[in-house]
Amino acid sequence: MSPLLPQTVLDRLHAALPQARVELVNNPSPSGQHALLVHREDAVQVAEFLKNDPELLLDYASDVSGVDYPEYLEAVYHLFSIAKKHGPIVLKTRTGDRGADASVPSLTRVWKSADFQEREAFDLFGIRFEGHPDLRRLLMWEEFEDFPLRKDYVAPNDCEYEPTPHGDIVQKAAAASASPVPQA
Amino acid sequence: MNFPGSGIIKGMAVTALNIVGSYFDRAHAKRLITEQYPEERPKLAEASRSFPFLVFDGDDPEKGIRCVACKICEKECPPQCIYIVKDTDANGKPIMRPKVFDIDISVCMGCQICVESCPFESIRMDNIYEVSGYDRFAPLVLHKPQLLKSNAYYHGIRPTEAAATDARIEAARLRKEAAAKAAAAKVAAAKAAAAAKAAGEKAAETKPTQPE
Amino acid sequence: MSASSSNFFSGTADAGALEVSLGPHHPSTHGVFRMNVRMEGETVVKLQPVFGYLHRNHEKIAEKNSWLAAMPYTDRLDYICSGTNNWAYAVAVEKLAGIEVPERAEYLRVIVGEMTRLQNHTAFLGFILGDMGAWGSALMYAFREREKILDLFEELTGARMMLNYARFGGVRCDTPAGWLDKARAYLATYPAFLDEMEQFLTGNEILLSRLQGVGVLSAQRAINGGLSGPVLRASGVDYDIRKVDGYSIYPRLKFRVPRGEVGDCFDRFMLRLLEARESLKILQQALDQIPEGPVVNPAVKQRGFKPPAGEAYGRIEGPKGELGFHLVSNGTEKPYRYHVRPPSLINLTLLEEMCLGTKIADVMVILGSIDIVLGEVDR
Ligand code: SF4
Ligand code: SF4
Repeated sequence: MSPLLPQTVLDRLHAALPQARVELVNNPSPSGQHALLVHREDAVQVAEFLKNDPELLLDYASDVSGVDYPEYLEAVYHLFSIAKKHGPIVLKTRTGDRGADASVPSLTRVWKSADFQEREAFDLFGIRFEGHPDLRRLLMWEEFEDFPLRKDYVAPNDCEYEPTPHGDIVQKAAAASASPVPQA
Repeated sequence: MNFPGSGIIKGMAVTALNIVGSYFDRAHAKRLITEQYPEERPKLAEASRSFPFLVFDGDDPEKGIRCVACKICEKECPPQCIYIVKDTDANGKPIMRPKVFDIDISVCMGCQICVESCPFESIRMDNIYEVSGYDRFAPLVLHKPQLLKSNAYYHGIRPTEAAATDARIEAARLRKEAAAKAAAAKVAAAKAAAAAKAAGEKAAETKPTQPE
Repeated sequence: MSASSSNFFSGTADAGALEVSLGPHHPSTHGVFRMNVRMEGETVVKLQPVFGYLHRNHEKIAEKNSWLAAMPYTDRLDYICSGTNNWAYAVAVEKLAGIEVPERAEYLRVIVGEMTRLQNHTAFLGFILGDMGAWGSALMYAFREREKILDLFEELTGARMMLNYARFGGVRCDTPAGWLDKARAYLATYPAFLDEMEQFLTGNEILLSRLQGVGVLSAQRAINGGLSGPVLRASGVDYDIRKVDGYSIYPRLKFRVPRGEVGDCFDRFMLRLLEARESLKILQQALDQIPEGPVVNPAVKQRGFKPPAGEAYGRIEGPKGELGFHLVSNGTEKPYRYHVRPPSLINLTLLEEMCLGTKIADVMVILGSIDIVLGEVDR
């Protein structure tokens, strides 16, 4: 198994799909898992290519997660190849904003494994996956309105606190976590 | 032996053997009898942990308490179930002792992170599992008097760990003493040197006046 | 429960179709899980899993706490296999921060991890029999042996199920005196138990007729559906992260990766038995080779741990499948993003596909053969 570099993937992508907007996002962490950021309009095309290209054969979308950034939401796919036994290749798509334009195309038609995970990201982050066959909330109940994993989510203050002498622990915990640090 | 139904018969044989086997402890070649809990209790492993308690030295819990109310454990506790208030002296100045130390064991998950993070070896894991109360809330908040347990008790439930803790504390004390002694010696040496120097100077001063 | 009062699925039910809500309280010990099933006669024509009864937003809790404080919560994901959950999280954090792990710690992780797999697969044998209605003996025998592994865990880590054992760059504590010998002695008795289980179960005609040919899944569908672990390999795919990624000390250990041929429930059942035997082999080698040395990298500060900014995806082969953590750090004391890739949830992706056209009674068996734990599905 030789490691597959994102740069190799990018070169092949550019050769095959010259018009696709894909760029390399540097990851400063020692993990060295640099990501491919694909423009959402080209995402499905790029995904099809990654899955079917005989050199890459990224047939296994293992993990799908959402990330909330101050300006946009991101859907992150970790792709592996079972045939070639390489990976991970990190594929990212970004929404236009965090409100009305919070949508990216669904890749469930390419990788069925994205089904529940995209529903989960929709549920907890509010990323709308256009073209998803069954985009409903996964973990929260249908009538729930907010998106709990967003950084600006405010938990409803309607639960019944235990009448323990720990009233201020609850307050302290709330104060400690009220202001998340946005990424630099 | 391979006729229809033979698999079921083989399985039945295993069940039958297990019924007989349930009366004997095969490993120790003795009869297996029901343990008369709670009169008879199994011996818990030394590492077993349930909820934290506070260790005190000597006989007086208030005097011997090791905790200095630094609140590190309160900050580190993942579900935030520790609550500490620092004690104050007569003049209202905070002192290194907790006035309130509560652990809500209905929230505590026994993760031992408080124990790991305490730099003063003062909070340790207990191994009492039968905790119950008549109310859902108040009896499950343990206060300082309930939490304080003697070092002897600690030695009773986890001898190896307690001995290691004591050794560490002793070593720290010796180091401190040695440092104090060294500091004192240094001061003494400095004093002596100063004295010697002064004496020397005096001698030097007086030297010329000494008659030849 | 009748066709006329149908409200599970959008659209009207065909005449003669019956809709049943299976759960959310199903006594199959997998947890609180519900399936809405539409049947024609007894044949399943549509199935929709409903999640979330055990949802507690584990990810949000972790993002509000320090890096270390997420560790005890990972125990509670798949509460049968907390040893591997800790390990996977530690692996991801180590990738994120570039941390070395000492030899002995790697061995201890493998020992605890493989014991976890062993007891998970053992418990699975009991659970799936329960799913088939054979509630009792098999589960009792399985739990009798599992108990003894939990005893070993208790001596090592202080807890039977919530181990909280891994730390960034190592494990929390070294073995108590004599523990390795005890483990070795106990594990030596394990093959006999597995033989007994095999004699008890695998020839049983009723069991064969309930498992063989039920819930067949092709390799290609399994890959596309993101299935992992025993369920993937039962469909004939040769993919074991221990071999592929070669993490920890696995490249040094000799073991085989069993594979199924048909991809039905029986293959999944047998695969667990075979994997348990391979785990025993791994354990034997690890227990023999374990070196002396420190159990945690002393350079790593557990309290107030701050990995450099960046992101990482770390994964291991858990007993249920690929357990991964996607972590994003912004260089502070709290994770900016903490995501779990739960094998139990993703292995359910193809549940409907496997169940369509089978009888309703087989749905339980298929669900059981996937081996899920709801603590991880719902997080
Ligand atoms: S054991 Fe864990 S949960 Fe309990 S008080 Fe200590 S840190 Fe908190
Ligand atoms: S128990 Fe330890 S960490 Fe907690 S306040 Fe007391 S001295 Fe500090």
